[in-house]
Amino acid sequence: MARRITVKQAINEALSEELERDDRVILLGCDVGRRGNPFGVTSGLWQKYGDSRVIDTPLSEEGFTGMALGAAATGMRPVVEILYSDWITLAMDQIVNEIAKSRYMFGGKMNVPLVIRAPVGVGGGVAAQHSQSFESWFCHIPGLKVVMPSTASDVKGLLKTSIRGNNPVIFFEHKRSYAIEGEVPDGDYTIPFGQADVKRQGKDLTIVAVSLMVHHALAAAERLSAEEGIECEVIDPRTLVPMDWDTMLASLKKTSRLVVVHESSRTCGIGGEILAELVERGFDYLEGRPIRVAGLDVPIPYNRGLEHLVIPDPQHIVDAVHRALD
Amino acid sequence: MAEKEFEQMRKLLPEATLLEAPPGLSPERQFEMYRTMLLIREFEVSIPDLWKRNLVYGLAHSYEGAEAVAVGACSALEPGDYITSTHRGHGHCIAKGADVNLMMAELMGKYEGYCHGKGGSMHIAFVEGGMLGACGIVGANVGMAAGCAWRAKLRGDKDVTVCFHGDGGTNQGIWHETLNMASIWKLPLVYMVENNQWSISLSYDRAFNVPHIADRAAAYGIPGVTVDGFNVLAVYGAVKEAVARARAGEGPSIVEAKFFRYVGHFVADDQRYRSIEEANRWRIMDPVKRMREYLVGSGVATEEACREAEAEAHAKIGAAIEFGMKGTEPAAATLFEGLYAD
Repeated sequence: MARRITVKQAINEALSEELERDDRVILLGCDVGRRGNPFGVTSGLWQKYGDSRVIDTPLSEEGFTGMALGAAATGMRPVVEILYSDWITLAMDQIVNEIAKSRYMFGGKMNVPLVIRAPVGVGGGVAAQHSQSFESWFCHIPGLKVVMPSTASDVKGLLKTSIRGNNPVIFFEHKRSYAIEGEVPDGDYTIPFGQADVKRQGKDLTIVAVSLMVHHALAAAERLSAEEGIECEVIDPRTLVPMDWDTMLASLKKTSRLVVVHESSRTCGIGGEILAELVERGFDYLEGRPIRVAGLDVPIPYNRGLEHLVIPDPQHIVDAVHRALD
Repeated sequence: MAEKEFEQMRKLLPEATLLEAPPGLSPERQFEMYRTMLLIREFEVSIPDLWKRNLVYGLAHSYEGAEAVAVGACSALEPGDYITSTHRGHGHCIAKGADVNLMMAELMGKYEGYCHGKGGSMHIAFVEGGMLGACGIVGANVGMAAGCAWRAKLRGDKDVTVCFHGDGGTNQGIWHETLNMASIWKLPLVYMVENNQWSISLSYDRAFNVPHIADRAAAYGIPGVTVDGFNVLAVYGAVKEAVARARAGEGPSIVEAKFFRYVGHFVADDQRYRSIEEANRWRIMDPVKRMREYLVGSGVATEEACREAEAEAHAKIGAAIEFGMKGTEPAAATLFEGLYAD
């Protein structure tokens, strides 16, 4: 029996169930406790698990992220929340030089079971410092796992896998996906890392889309199917480190055409990496120009109309599909 | 010790105090502290030659002259307690009981080393012994330390964490952030400041506008004390008190051991930023020599026992060098070992 819940509820359920399951799990971050996070994601958890499990921190991202490392290294399973992913910059030294490195540089003797949840994405007029998506930065740091799912079911299963694993995970949630409903299995389940999900089958073209762009890609694919009879296959990698290249290559082998979609800035974005790897490994499958659809290289502006111009929408994806089929 | 010599010391370091064993510290344990100091000293003085011979690669930061801090602080700990380290971590490892053979192998990049040749001097770690790793980013280790203490608090564990860091580290933001959190949550943590008065080429007076780093404790509502960092018994006494407070659930403290880095910042530092002659004047404070004079002068140990201990430390480091040189180069197949768990 499947239920329909929102992405926000999926995160809340995953956190609640893991807090229940393992008393080494703690949540920490600004406003994560009494307020239940500004988006309501952690709502009710402090009331249920109390001060020693769901911990409101002072505004000290570098400090509490570093402390999560020390707690993780000595047996806890901390889940850190960075209220807006833009502020993960404040904790970068701890993430890049300590959390990602401690296991390797100490000879594999230190486990760092730690999750950093960070809401990403444009929308709602929160402008340049509350809208960014930095996933590609973290894929560039060996030692981290990077998870960026798009649906309620994937978010719940992958967050549980992240918390139960023994590696540091950067877990990106899209703020604009919080209200999106989807079916989730009943009961306890996890989803392994490194398994992309084919969200829609198609024979004409492969769209690889990340995070919220999965939903835009599905909307574009439905329109292309209904209006033009073009059948796009939509693939959600779900985890960016490790990346499931095999599923994408199998799809490319079938369709011979490729569009990659992500919301963050185009230059050095994750789309560049996906496209490069697929072209390098799947060059012989390609019958047309692969296309990237990405955010523009500009800070996110406040104005509603300008904000809308920065990020891809389904029409951009439809246009890209036409060019890729050209 | 001659009064005149002590006066000279006080001129250099107004915080200097005469060595005096706190109540309850047995003669055997005092002598054991001396032996550990000797082992650190012998380890450190062997490194420049090994580095010049290309047996030790990369950077190596000497703990020579700082022995009183690591040994004083670690002697105040119980076996289950934790420490974190700095980029200058050899002394912390040895004081926490690490095997000098495995340390030397690590400095030589050998697979037998504590980090299988992945860390070297700057990331040496004795994780299994509660030494949570040397850290090449100055000040960054306080996160690890405060988090370790946080775990103890949250879990009701009885261990205490001592966070070693230098004066330079106390000017990083994370030092202040974690001090605040450790203070509001009353974490079992001791901020062990090794104030050697130099952040590479930046002297204390150009980096601070307070006479003592421990003065900053007032900003976080916790105790802070400054002691003679060349005096192992003074460091021991101060840390013991701070550890007792931490273990009793009363929260963190700052213990500032003030001394002077009279060696270069790292093995090949030409010290062009200061007068080497002036730096060498501080060698009259040599903490190993002072401990020896105290032990013999107070009758805790004989000259002969001290000489034996010195010969023993020298032999141990000689054997460690042999052990390291006989170690195996890590195979290429080990390159990705330890990157991820599972």
